[in-house]
Parts: sequence; structure tokens; C-alpha cells
Amino acid sequence: MTLPFDPVTGVVIVPAVAALVLALTPGYRLGARLNVGASLLTFLLSAALLVVPGGAGDYLLVDELNIVFILLNSFVGLTAASFSASYIAHEIEIKRLTPANLRFYHAMYQMMMFGMNLALASNNIGLMWVAVELATLSTVMMVGLYRTPEALEAAWKYFILGSVGIALALFGTILVYLAAQPVLGEGRDAMLWTRLIAGAADFDPMILNLAFVFLLLGYGTKVGLAPLHAWLPDAHAEGPTPISAVLSGLLLNVALYAVLRFKILMTANPDTLAPGPLMVAMGLVSLIFAALMLYRRRDIKRMFAYSSIEHMGIIVFAFGIGGPLANFAALLHMVMHSLTKSAIFFAVGHVAQIKGTQKTAMIRGLTHSHPVLGWALVIAVLAIAGLPPFGVFMSEFLVVTSTFAQAPLLALLFVAGLLLAFGALVMRLTEVAFGAPTQDVAPLKASLKPLYAHMALVLVAGLYLPGPMVSWFQAVARLLG
Amino acid sequence: MTSGLSFDIAHLLAGGLVLISFMMLYQDRLYALLNVYAFHALVLALSVSWQAWIQDAPHLYVTAAIALVFKALIIPAALHRIIARLGIRRQVEQVVGAGLTMLAGMGLVALSVVLMLRLTRSVETYAQEDLAFALAVILLGLLIMVTRRNAVSQVVGFMSLENGLILAAAGARGMPLVVEISVAFSVLIALIVIGVFLFRIRERFDTVDVAALDEFRGEKQ
Repeated sequence: MTLPFDPVTGVVIVPAVAALVLALTPGYRLGARLNVGASLLTFLLSAALLVVPGGAGDYLLVDELNIVFILLNSFVGLTAASFSASYIAHEIEIKRLTPANLRFYHAMYQMMMFGMNLALASNNIGLMWVAVELATLSTVMMVGLYRTPEALEAAWKYFILGSVGIALALFGTILVYLAAQPVLGEGRDAMLWTRLIAGAADFDPMILNLAFVFLLLGYGTKVGLAPLHAWLPDAHAEGPTPISAVLSGLLLNVALYAVLRFKILMTANPDTLAPGPLMVAMGLVSLIFAALMLYRRRDIKRMFAYSSIEHMGIIVFAFGIGGPLANFAALLHMVMHSLTKSAIFFAVGHVAQIKGTQKTAMIRGLTHSHPVLGWALVIAVLAIAGLPPFGVFMSEFLVVTSTFAQAPLLALLFVAGLLLAFGALVMRLTEVAFGAPTQDVAPLKASLKPLYAHMALVLVAGLYLPGPMVSWFQAVARLLG
Repeated sequence: MTSGLSFDIAHLLAGGLVLISFMMLYQDRLYALLNVYAFHALVLALSVSWQAWIQDAPHLYVTAAIALVFKALIIPAALHRIIARLGIRRQVEQVVGAGLTMLAGMGLVALSVVLMLRLTRSVETYAQEDLAFALAVILLGLLIMVTRRNAVSQVVGFMSLENGLILAAAGARGMPLVVEISVAFSVLIALIVIGVFLFRIRERFDTVDVAALDEFRGEKQ
């Protein structure tokens, strides 16, 4: 099937244009609506990628791997935009934000979507680097939006650590170019993905090894892998909640995508160091570290930020284990985590607005005072903790079985990490959801539809994965080697 | 074009950058630190134009011009004004003493030289030594960032780190223009961000000492 236009270009261009328009739009209500509209258009265009044959140009590339990412990115971008539309009205009412802040916020939201979609769709490693940098800078601006001392501290830390990470990633990118240049010749060819993969077997393996270390550390900072995670909890806790949802659900994935691309490049060369063990080690450390840290959290958004570190650890661990089954599980887990975690942040955003605080000690008995919201939060947290019948359970189960087949000892450590995290989450959940309710400071007005949409998808994926989706994920898993 | 002399000059300039990074390590006045940074950017501009000349790559002159005008002149001048306005001329608090920092810096330079010369044998000698120096500048920039507590000097550390990246990119023969411009562009954006932050930080705390920010960690109760 052919369309009269190129959907990939649209996926990149629409947010860029929307950012400009939103920067010039007065009135936050109109801005919020335009933001949702632009996100919807981007989502429709990304859905069109499913029916259009992929291809690679000089700048953009569509293959089976990045369609998964782009589609997920635009979907969560859309639901988070509609959540944000109902969320920010309240922030205006209580005077935490001014209309001028919001105009800036909406423009930055689309700028971030532009950066992320460009990073996912780019065929050029230099362009991808620029796009990740752009997405990071726009989220830094949004984390500092409230201008409180805490928010500024979080934004500053995020900015400094993120810049160091991105600098290391650029050095890695330059090294990849140097490895490719003797084989592919000078100029742009030596930076195009499609050419790099085709020629990778002849590159100097030593330089590729060195490059991968820099790239893993650089982009790994953005994925939030321990010990490079220090920015992540603060940025999640102090920014507006829609941004926490997008950070956890999307930006971490974009950085992960960059790591995966370079992993494919490494495996395409027979003489390089295996990238797997490095990723397994970083993933496992992140998982266990975050699981332990979960026990001491007193801020509800900060707690779920640590849970994101834990899950990124699981995903990187599984990709590191490798093989068709573990890769399949890792991809599935990534999608499930994005959907569930952003749903949790939607719920937490409403909770924080009702109670006027993020401290878990001040939030009690949600299921009594707000049955619908409270139970939705309970279900979402149980889903992320890995209980059946949700999708997260299935993907974690697959990771465990495939690891047992290859490295039983690692699997034991991995399961221990999962159980630790489970315990912490359930402990905090019982405190927050049950018991005598605490005082509300505002009524619940916002819509829960984005939350329902996400949870329905996670439930369906846990019960039954459609055949075409399974074979598609399997094809991607093979691509990852 | 790659005769012995042109190689030596490239070598000299890149080595000069490493030396100036060392000088930045022990500056304990903000104005002095800024002046040394401006000198760093100037040497970078010379180094990049030399690469443009010997590689016969005219687009690199643009990068050199950006380094000269933007980094060696405009930014140090702007930071001077900020410092004057904030009245923090005398503050540079180092977490570690100068001697220890210098020792750590020497270790980092040795590390990058050993690493690069061993691992990148297939690259022409030219680019190889350039990369070793570039990595040294990057690591020294990181060191400046972790040994300073003042927000302005952390920013200067970050900018010297970016200079190292540009040195590496200029040394990579034929690397597309897209990257160099984008690097310069990202520095520009970064500075706008930083400028905004500095003023906001000042508004709230009456200091740009980052240690003061630690008091406001969201989790402290």
C-alpha cells in the first residue's frame, strides 16, 4: 500500500511545526488542545508506518526495530498529552504555574517529541546524537518548570550529568566514524546506519570495542543505569507529573534504543568483544541497587522513579543475555514497562493533586476515599510489581526462563532482585492504599481515561498476544542477535 | 600534505590544549579561570584551522571561527559580566586540594595516551595522537567539573570538555560538517540554559555555590 506522503517525515516534522505554533499560541486552554491534536496526528502518522514498506534514506530510516519504538513513543506521547491537559488546569488554579509558563511548557513538550522521534528515525549516528541531546535539553527545561529550589536542584543535576553522558556518547560516535572511515571512505557514508551495518565486519575491532564502552556509559547515563542514575529520581520527583510519565515511559527507551543500535553494530563484527556481559553486569547492578533503594523512599514519585531504574536494569540485563527468547522478552518488557509506568504516573499525578503532597506519609487510605482512583493505582502497581495476569508478569517470566537456560547462577541473582523490589512495592502500596484516609485538599476532577487505556493494553498483552505481533517481535529479536 | 612539519604543528597545538587544561585545574579565582578558558578556546581555534589547512577541508574553518568568536570572546565576556553582577569574584571552592588534583590529572592523561595509542593502531598516526590528546582534554574537563563546587566553574569545566570533543571531531578526517555545527550549536543552547539557571539560582539562594543547592534536595525531611 502506498500513501501520497511519507509518514516517517511526518512523524518528525509534525512535532517540530507544532512546537513553533505552540510557542506563538496565547491561552493555555487552546495550547493544551493543540498539544493533544498534534500528538494525535503524530500517532496516526506513526500508525501508518505499519502499512507502508520501510526503507532507508540519507537521513531517515524505517525498519522493524524502530517502528516498535516510534509507535510506542507516539502512543504514550498522545496519552500523556491528554493527561497533561486535565492535569495542568489544576496547577493554574492553585497558582503553581502561570499561563506564560504553560505556553513554554507546551512548546517544549512538542520539542521533546520532535527530538525523540528524530532520534528513533534517524539513519545517521551524528543526527541521532543531536536529536538525543535536543530531547534531553527540552526535558531539563521542563523539570525546572516549577522554579522551586528542589526543582532547580533537580534540573541542574540532570543537566550536568546528562551533558557529561552525552559528551561521552559523542566521543564514542567519533570513534565509530574513525573505525568506519578506512572501509567506507570519508564523508557521510561512514555515519549512515545502513552502510555501517553492511561494512561492520571489516572495521577495526579494537576501536569498536573502545567506542562501545563510551557509548554504553554515555547513553547508559540517560537510560538511568546504576551507578550513573543519580539524576533520574530527582528529575522524576520535581518536574510536572506528565513529564515524569514521559521521562520514564519514553526518554529512557530512546537512550536504550541508541545502545541497542550500537550493540547490533558490535555483533555484526566477529572479532569484537561481546557486548552482552557488560550489559548483563550493568543491568543486574541497577536492578538490585534500585530494589534495595525502594525500601527507603518517602516520596511517591521518587519511589516509582527508582522502580524505573529497576525495570531498565531488567531490560538491559535481558538484552545482554541475548538470544531470540531473551531479546523477545526484553522488547516485550520494554513496551509493558512504558505503558504501565506511565499509567502509574498518571494515577500518582491525580493523587498528588488531591492530597496536595507527594510524601507517602501524608497519603493514606486511597481505596476508601477515592475507590476508582485508589483501586486503579493498586492494580497498576501490582502489574508493575510483576503479578499475573498482566503483561509485565509474562515478560519477566520469559526473561527468567531464558536466563535459567543459559546462566542459572545469574538467574538466581536476578530473581532475588525481582523479589526484593516486589516486597518494597507491596509494602508501600498497602500503606498508601489502605487504612484510615488522610485529608484531601482538592476534589478529583481529572479524567482517568488515559490510565484505563494503558492498563487495558497491558492486561490484554498479559492474556493474549496476537499472532502477527508475536512474529513481528520475533523478527526484531533475531535482528538483535 | 602530511609532511613532518605539519604533523609537528598539529601535535604542538593539541598538546598545548592539554597543558592549558592543566592550568585550569589549579586556578582559584573565577576571573583567572575565565581568562585561561578563553586562551583554551583560542588554541582550539588555531588547532582546528591548522587541521582545516592540512586536511584541505574548508568547512573546518567555520568550526574554528565559531570557537574563536563565540567561545574565546563572547562567552568569557558574558560570564565576566555575570560574575561581576553577582559579586562572586573571589569564590572558587575546590573540593580537593590543587596538588592532589594535579596528580589525578596526570594519571588521567597517562591513561588516555596509553589507551588510545594501544587500541587505535589502524587509524593513521596523525589522528591517533590527536585522539589521545582529545581524550585527555575531555577527562581533564570532567575532573574540573567534579573538583569545583561553584556553578560557574562547573560550567567552565563543561565547556573545556566540549573543546576536547571538537578537537577529536576535527582530527577525524572528513567527518561530515553536520556534526561540527551541531556541536557548536549545542554549546550555544547549553549556555542559554546555563544562563537561565544561573540567574534563577541567584534569585533563590543569593549564591551560585552548588553546595547550597544540596540543602534543598527534595528528599531531606
